[in-house]
Amino acid sequence: MEKLIISPAPHIHSGDSVSKNMYGVVIAMVPALLASLYFFGLGALIVTLTAVAASVLFEFLIQKYILKGPVTILDGSAAVTGLLLAFNLPSNLPLWMIIVGALVAIGVAKMSFGGLGNNPFNPALVGRVFLLISFPVEMTTWPVVDPLATTYLDAETGATVLGILKEGSASLPAVSDMIVGNIPGSLGEVSAIALLVGLGYMLIRKIITWHIPVSILLTVAVFTGILYLADPATYASPLVHLFSGGLMLGAIFMATDYVTSPMTFRGMWIYGVGIGLLTVIIRTWGAYPEGVSFAILIMNGFTPIINFYVKPKRFGEKPKKA
Amino acid sequence: MKTFRIGGIHPAENKFAAGKKIITAALPGQVVIPLAHYIGTPADPVVKRGDIVKVGQIIGQASGFISANVHSSVSGKVVKLDVQLDASGYKRPAVFIEVDGDEWLETIDRNPEIKRECTLSKQEIIEKIKAAGIVGLGGATFPAHVKLMPPPGKKAEVLIINAVECESYLTCDHQLMMEHGEEILIGVTILMKALEVNRAIIGVENNKKDAIQLLKKLAADYKGIEVEALKVRYPQGGEKQLIDALIRRQVPSGRIPVEVGAVVQNVATTYAIYEAVQKNKPMVERVMTITGKDAPNPGNYRVRLGTYLSNVVEEAGGVPEGTGKIVGGGPMMGRSLMNLNIPMAKGSSGVVFIRDAEAIRKPVQNCIRCTKCVTVCPMGLEPYLLMAQSERNMWTEMEANRTMDCLECGSCSYTCPSNRPLLDYIRFGKSTVGGIIRSRTAK
Repeated sequence: MEKLIISPAPHIHSGDSVSKNMYGVVIAMVPALLASLYFFGLGALIVTLTAVAASVLFEFLIQKYILKGPVTILDGSAAVTGLLLAFNLPSNLPLWMIIVGALVAIGVAKMSFGGLGNNPFNPALVGRVFLLISFPVEMTTWPVVDPLATTYLDAETGATVLGILKEGSASLPAVSDMIVGNIPGSLGEVSAIALLVGLGYMLIRKIITWHIPVSILLTVAVFTGILYLADPATYASPLVHLFSGGLMLGAIFMATDYVTSPMTFRGMWIYGVGIGLLTVIIRTWGAYPEGVSFAILIMNGFTPIINFYVKPKRFGEKPKKA
Repeated sequence: MKTFRIGGIHPAENKFAAGKKIITAALPGQVVIPLAHYIGTPADPVVKRGDIVKVGQIIGQASGFISANVHSSVSGKVVKLDVQLDASGYKRPAVFIEVDGDEWLETIDRNPEIKRECTLSKQEIIEKIKAAGIVGLGGATFPAHVKLMPPPGKKAEVLIINAVECESYLTCDHQLMMEHGEEILIGVTILMKALEVNRAIIGVENNKKDAIQLLKKLAADYKGIEVEALKVRYPQGGEKQLIDALIRRQVPSGRIPVEVGAVVQNVATTYAIYEAVQKNKPMVERVMTITGKDAPNPGNYRVRLGTYLSNVVEEAGGVPEGTGKIVGGGPMMGRSLMNLNIPMAKGSSGVVFIRDAEAIRKPVQNCIRCTKCVTVCPMGLEPYLLMAQSERNMWTEMEANRTMDCLECGSCSYTCPSNRPLLDYIRFGKSTVGGIIRSRTAK
């Protein structure tokens, strides 16, 4: 007993860390990644590796040579951004576009605001939307499912469920195919079941709480349900909406991003309902067939104001009298 | 199983000394009895250098409402009145007594036989508790008799006994219940009489199944005493949390428990009250836990007040190799000690050795806004926000965000994946905001 450490309480720590949470998210994405490798083959592998490598590399270069500060690429947050970006891309996107997307995600959306914890908008979504607006054709030309394909850029392409809904050009695939992921789409979004497995893992590990995914999915189900009941000929059923496009991916992995989502359960409900409503509005009446990305980014913008006004349930709070 | 409804954590329990029989620690050669308690005004000394005192003799007279008498824990000679560094980290007035034999005041009944009958009136009970210098033994050391005198117009409906012992490592209350269950229940009936209530609930966390079983069996012979097993969750021993867990009432911000009809006393305090009322024994000793992951001999010791912690630790096998921090009290709310030359006081519930690797805080990272601190806060506060406001001297905003409700349980800092010192900053903000509020009300 030479020198004792003196510090204020508490004197023990849970052992939780940023990297444990980030790598937990990575593990939760593995089922969806495996599904995409199966459905889209080589293209999915190339796109994912490129996006992750580029994201981590850009974070390293910016931290080391521009900010000249500590390098924190091992905390796993850049890898998560890279994976999420890849999940939002078609598996036949050219390499250089992926790299541009990663640069926008990490360089513009994350590091320019001060790095992890300070970015107002979800970096991966900023990267994706940047690419969508810049390269609308490449970003909306999805390969059809071709199990364990060895094709990359020259893959055969087809329309997504939401594309069919918008254009009315062909008949919809079966809902069972949507749940499994046997449909064209961005590489990580197609398999609803794999994404739900990831959600279960994150809930068990207490990486996230259920509030955001449930509020988004519930809102979409209720809103599209009302539309469907009012006019089934014009509007698709809630099942089609729930299991198509980027909704599952968005609700489970994008909207739950720590940094850009509200800090209280009540706030999470407002945020989730907002994302659900905006998604359905954009899908149904907007110019784009899919609206999850925009909906999340718009609600990211509302997060600070939600945090300002919506407080947690205080201990001893009196019930409001009418 | 019941528990409180907002927030909470569940640290590894590490109750190494559970089931270890209470050992009466050897009498030291000298004791240093602090006149100050953790809260309230220090007692005024009523002995002087050279006085010969007996065990149980009063040496410090309570001064003021929130203050408690102090008694000699040994027999011997007062060698000086001086200041002494105590567990609070400050030098405060204390009485130094050289031990000579072990002679007790004749009025104290040292017969271990249990005395069940209590014919005293409500007022006599309160007076006896006050005279015996009993304070809350959970750590806050709030004078026990003050809680038995609710402000005018307020009436207690239920007595709650805090036998939760939610801090990890500590086991002294658990063992006390196992060895003195009967006395504790008599203590409960005395408190019920003093408060004029006919219902009492003893809340025990479910990691002490043997104690729950024992107390339930014993309580069957008493009218109006219930024993409730609670889900293990920290900080259930917080007064407001325990009331919420047991009777589903939440004490509003800035109010005291009796305003929702509850009075809470700690289980060790209840035992001390039994001894004071039935055996005329003032507060001169208590049970404390000496423990840690590498502690050679984790155990529960009955120690006289004023004994240097080093004496007890020596008896328990000494400080283990590789100890980086020594905590007085539990690891969540206790204080890290500079050394062991500190006298044990009424609020000393334990000494916990923390290993080097655990003692060093990990580097602080950016807040990733994961909401975990908000989720675990048992008062429904936003620790991340309070810390940010404290860093920026935003006192008005901190007050509006209810920083004064913080009970300093440490759940936020414990949970934070970025190792942010949330509670350090909140505590700093609380003391500043508290000062602002006091100067405002003083006007």
